[in-house]
Amino acid sequence: MEVRRKERIDRGIKVRSEGIYCVSSPKEMLYVAGPRLLLIAGLLLLPLVLEMAPYWKRVVNIMCVYGLLAISFDFLANVVGLVCLGGAMFIGVGGYMTAIFNVYLHCPVFLAIPLAGLSGALICTVLLLPCLALRGVYFAIVTLMYPLLFTRIIEALNILGGTNGITGLDSFPNPYLENYVIIVLLLIFLFGLRRLMDEDIGLVLRGVKDNDQSVRASGINVAHLKALAVFITSFIGCLGGAYLAHLYMWAGLSLFALDFSIIPIAAVTIGGGGSMMGAVIGTFILVPLSEFLRFFGTFRIVIYCLILTGFIVFRSEGLLTYFARKYDQFERWAKI
Amino acid sequence: MSILSVENVSKTFGGLKALMSVSFSVKQGEIYGIIGPNGSGKTTLINCITGFIKPEAGKVYFRGSNIKGWPAHKIARAGIARTFQVMRPYYSLPAYKNLIIPLWSPRARAIGGWRGGGRHGDRDTVAVDILEEIGFERDSRVPYKMASTLPTGYLKRLELARCIALRPEIIFCDEVFSGLSASEVAGMVPLIEKLKMEGITLIMVEHRLKELFKVADRVMALQFGEKIAEGHYTEVIADPRVKEAYLGSEEV
Amino acid sequence: MDILVYGIINSVTLSLLSLGFTLVYSISRLPNFAHGALYITTGYFIWQFLNALGLNYPLSILVGIALTAFIGAMMYRLILIRIRGMEISEIIATYAIGLAIIEGLRWGGLRGSTFTLPSFASGSRVILGVSVDDQRLLVVVVGFAVFALLYFFVHLTRNGLALRGIAQDERAAMMLGIDSDRMAIVAFAIGSSLAGLSAALILPLGNIVVEAGYNVLVFSVAVSVIGGLGSWPGAIIASFIIGFAQILTEKFLSSHFQMVIALLAIIITLLIKPSGILGRQKELEERV
Repeated sequence: MEVRRKERIDRGIKVRSEGIYCVSSPKEMLYVAGPRLLLIAGLLLLPLVLEMAPYWKRVVNIMCVYGLLAISFDFLANVVGLVCLGGAMFIGVGGYMTAIFNVYLHCPVFLAIPLAGLSGALICTVLLLPCLALRGVYFAIVTLMYPLLFTRIIEALNILGGTNGITGLDSFPNPYLENYVIIVLLLIFLFGLRRLMDEDIGLVLRGVKDNDQSVRASGINVAHLKALAVFITSFIGCLGGAYLAHLYMWAGLSLFALDFSIIPIAAVTIGGGGSMMGAVIGTFILVPLSEFLRFFGTFRIVIYCLILTGFIVFRSEGLLTYFARKYDQFERWAKI
Repeated sequence: MSILSVENVSKTFGGLKALMSVSFSVKQGEIYGIIGPNGSGKTTLINCITGFIKPEAGKVYFRGSNIKGWPAHKIARAGIARTFQVMRPYYSLPAYKNLIIPLWSPRARAIGGWRGGGRHGDRDTVAVDILEEIGFERDSRVPYKMASTLPTGYLKRLELARCIALRPEIIFCDEVFSGLSASEVAGMVPLIEKLKMEGITLIMVEHRLKELFKVADRVMALQFGEKIAEGHYTEVIADPRVKEAYLGSEEV
Repeated sequence: MDILVYGIINSVTLSLLSLGFTLVYSISRLPNFAHGALYITTGYFIWQFLNALGLNYPLSILVGIALTAFIGAMMYRLILIRIRGMEISEIIATYAIGLAIIEGLRWGGLRGSTFTLPSFASGSRVILGVSVDDQRLLVVVVGFAVFALLYFFVHLTRNGLALRGIAQDERAAMMLGIDSDRMAIVAFAIGSSLAGLSAALILPLGNIVVEAGYNVLVFSVAVSVIGGLGSWPGAIIASFIIGFAQILTEKFLSSHFQMVIALLAIIITLLIKPSGILGRQKELEERV
């Protein structure tokens, strides 16, 4: 009887393009840049392709908002090591801030969104500051509570429109702008965060997750670094929230909904953490899926959670690693 | 003129008195050894001085200013580096990238003349230079290997390299010789001497007494959190209390 | 006077709620974010047994609690055991399981008409000039009984001592032949049944609503952080602090602020003494 095993061999280009070798021929450059270009071109063309289906164009917008949340969750959890269980906090704070700027202070849309991003990020960072100097589950616990807390406070004090929310936000001037604002934002932050990870400061942030004592011993204030990371991610999340509020022309309590907390986590787990790319792939699978499951209502959260748990237990490396392996290596059966 | 002087530092954990009024001072450019049996408070002393735990009483003067109670990163920034007894490299990074983190710190930036960010290039070259200085073969693949794949000997060197990258004035070495073979230790000794030549003050906590005594100018012995002897190593090992503390447990 | 009486009742309720979370954390170092879900599940089970299957009340309570304990134990045995040590995965997994249970109940079980459990004791009596119904008194009595039982269990029985050993030093305990996984399963079973017991006692006081799952989680986490993660006596002290703070806010502000108080208390604790009132964590381990 013949015994065989599957062996995996790196493609030649992979060997050369990784590490210190030089990639020179157009073919090799395309090999390295191909997947990226595919993603960028695909995303940019999507609104044009879906011209006949305005409903799905809207789904693409929402998908990109979740994409922003997912990359910020991935960055916090897998680079810096802080697990944020309340992504809804960023969406909600961003949404309400833009409503304040737009409705109460009459800023135009394209001024209100960045202002909401900055001020929201500042608020979130200050609120999370007390648990940044600590290790362990404290960050997860506190982020879990904030979305609930915001909802309660707004209900109890009946501020910011109370349970009705703030209505009358300006919408985007035209539907193409509506699409491309969020798509471009997602691409910028996706590649921006990936670039940041390769920068020296990105290495330092990864050091924090690996082993914060050594970072301290190197004369670097870990709490400051973590605050910086939280600021960046909450900025991204708040921009998403601000966009969403303008898309709905409304900022209300549902911006603190559970979906905004759990879908990004599920997306990162499914896609594979640590590279931001997996997070985006995860959202592109989950969000359209959840549109098909609209009929199930809140049961969708159960489905996400089950998929999520399944992936954590059985496929903890995520889909991206799987795809990357197929791309970079070929497999064959070899005799033993 | 002493660069570091520690006065009456005390620390208790619950009911356990880990350090009882320990005082010593170290001159610039000196190699100062701290010995003592297990549990005598050596690592606690380092942690107290470098700010990783807060001593309850006492003073720590570094170049004339009292640094007791400062946070660890501020003390490191002032110029006191340390290694960890349980090695703490960044396992998910290649060896030379481990040094980017101390090289990024404000202190190294100020001394090295980098401003702000800076990407790859400069710092990578300096990192590999430092690794070569500490005994990583430059032309081999070793400096580029993942820290998680390096053997103990290299990890101990990496730990020291991380301190050097910070351009410190004082390095606390917490058992850098332990876990190494005799020949590896023999390779480390010239390294220590070279650091001394460069004017760096070294404070070494060590169990490998024979090797320590080769390099140390002065030695202090601790037992149960108390200083029991200090001086040249011949005087220290001659001290009856040191003999008693080590009797049977360690060959001198 | 009513502040004192209701404060004590509320505090005992809180400590009953949080004891399960604290116990699981102290033994397995796993933050069980599904704690609130287990609480509400028990309520649902009891209601189902009582109304759909027509069992008698005490039996359905017993079966309900046992079933919840089983679910908790299986949660560890089937899922968490595979991801021990991966901190991020542990947090995400317990959170996801908890959400799945709560949202599943919202979708499939607890919707439509109101769900109520009958109270065991319908009378009321006057204590210190305040009229208190018997069900609330029962909560206090059972609460103290549970504290006492737990104390005897961990200090006097073999399994209890093993649990304490694991809580103090997992590696040393393993070297002495204590199976830390088996003990974690026991901890999850006990923790879940405590959640179940508190549900059986407290739910008859009002309607069974899914939101209670989140509230219970928030309060039990708050109490155990303030008391010091993993410290049982700390959790009991903390629940008295939070309990009275809540009663006071309810009296002078409004009940909406109860959660605000819980979160504020957590933040203050983290700022002043992160290890909590009776935390045992070492200085070097807690702060970065």
